[in-house]
Amino acid sequence: MATGSSRGGIETMTITVDAVSKDFDGHSALKGLSLDIPDGTFVALLGPSGSGKTTLLRIIAGLAYADSGHILFDGDDVTAVPVQQRNIGFVFQNYALFRHMSVAENIAFGLDVMKRRQRPSKADRTARVEELLDLVRLDGLGARYPTQLSGGQRQRVALARALARKPRFLLLDEPFGALDAKVRNELRGALRTIHDQLGLTSIFVTHDREEAFGLADRIAILNNGRIEQYGAPDDISAAPASDFVREFLQ
Amino acid sequence: MTRRSPLDAPPWIKLSLIALVVTYIAIVVLLPLGAVFTEAFAAGFSSWMAAVTEPDAQAAIKLTLLVAAIAVPLNTVFGIIASWAIAKHDFSGKALLISLIDLPFSVSPVVSGLVYVLLFGAGGWLGPWLEEHDIQIIFALPGLVLATMFVTFPFVARELIPVMQSQGRDEEEAALSLGATGWQTFRKVTLPNIRWGLLYGVLLTNARAMGEFGAVSVVSGHIRGETNTMPLHIELLYNDYNLSAAFAVASLLAGLALVTLVLKTILEWRHGDGLVARGH
Repeated sequence: MATGSSRGGIETMTITVDAVSKDFDGHSALKGLSLDIPDGTFVALLGPSGSGKTTLLRIIAGLAYADSGHILFDGDDVTAVPVQQRNIGFVFQNYALFRHMSVAENIAFGLDVMKRRQRPSKADRTARVEELLDLVRLDGLGARYPTQLSGGQRQRVALARALARKPRFLLLDEPFGALDAKVRNELRGALRTIHDQLGLTSIFVTHDREEAFGLADRIAILNNGRIEQYGAPDDISAAPASDFVREFLQ
Repeated sequence: MTRRSPLDAPPWIKLSLIALVVTYIAIVVLLPLGAVFTEAFAAGFSSWMAAVTEPDAQAAIKLTLLVAAIAVPLNTVFGIIASWAIAKHDFSGKALLISLIDLPFSVSPVVSGLVYVLLFGAGGWLGPWLEEHDIQIIFALPGLVLATMFVTFPFVARELIPVMQSQGRDEEEAALSLGATGWQTFRKVTLPNIRWGLLYGVLLTNARAMGEFGAVSVVSGHIRGETNTMPLHIELLYNDYNLSAAFAVASLLAGLALVTLVLKTILEWRHGDGLVARGH
């Protein structure tokens, strides 16, 4: 894998969710949900807690499996492909940084675990870590440990780590949930900038409608395991498709 | 003047309680331990040396170390596997499995020793078959190891399950999402996160493995110089009215336990956070 440039050469693809259902202990989290995500878009999965949005994100990532239905990446059925081979970047709600590794080791993890033949050289890996630290504006903090960082900085490390292998898609679970308002605004801007720079198809889960409307190209509003409405923020505001959407937006 | 915390008892009650606990520990724990060392060296250092270097004592010390050297690593591996399966996965029958792991704590060691005799002894279920194939388990090393493993099985798993549960599965999921295989995830993420808890569990296992008496006594056969571990050797010496030798070997066993205690205390002091919930 070339590590010279992160700005070009990343091929983005379309994600298709086709009639996906998922039950947890008899309670259905997703009810035959379908969704199409075009190249390079920044999509928000918005809904109240229990609406199934995190479950959907985890099924797209391969961290959970659907009971029925299919996930397609650019037309290829990846429903049965394990998470390791889906080449996605996932940012966890509580960052899930490796607590016993430094920031640089965290970011390099995805490169270090690659098969010997595909793995970039040590020098290339170090260069890639530096490049990512620069991208998320954490230059010089590579030797720190996660506990020595603020919440916002941890979030940036989690983002850099998820981008290290140049994933096909970036998936973020409540990326700003645990942060205070000021840091949240700053990071939103940073995330949007990075998305635009890399042109990477990205999906993020949120329960905050302001966040969804401020950040996303398209919003899917989920309720009770189904999609109530899917479209551009302006279109949704102009013409709410259901009573639920109308109420949720108030 | 610093204010008392609302939870603190009045000073005189606090002081009396502390005094009570200290006195209790002194009588129940420190006095006997002190007596062991006093008695061990009562007849002088040379007779202590003679008691621990005579061939039967040497054989007992070697056997104890050998049994521990086999049982502790096996229980460490099984303990890691069991706690990993329980803490990081959901499956039906999980509560039952946890109870089974605790079983050796609630069953008397003598009973567990008897079970092995019933299974592998000459008149036991597998006895005739084993005899046919010339395999000796009871009154031999395999029986001692099995009995020790049974008694010490829970320590590693019991120490690791809460540590793993409090750490959750997030970091493992993160590793998988970054392309790591299951084995890489275990080796690079799970294992480093539990290392201090693991060491703690191993120390406890080792202390118990070297000191176990009941279960080992049943399967040993008490053959001097062959199947006697240190605790059994001490009992034999005591029954022979050879008190000074019994105390000499006992002091050695107590010394090993004290070393374990010191290591355990250092661990708790330096890495207490890693033992309870969080890393670093």
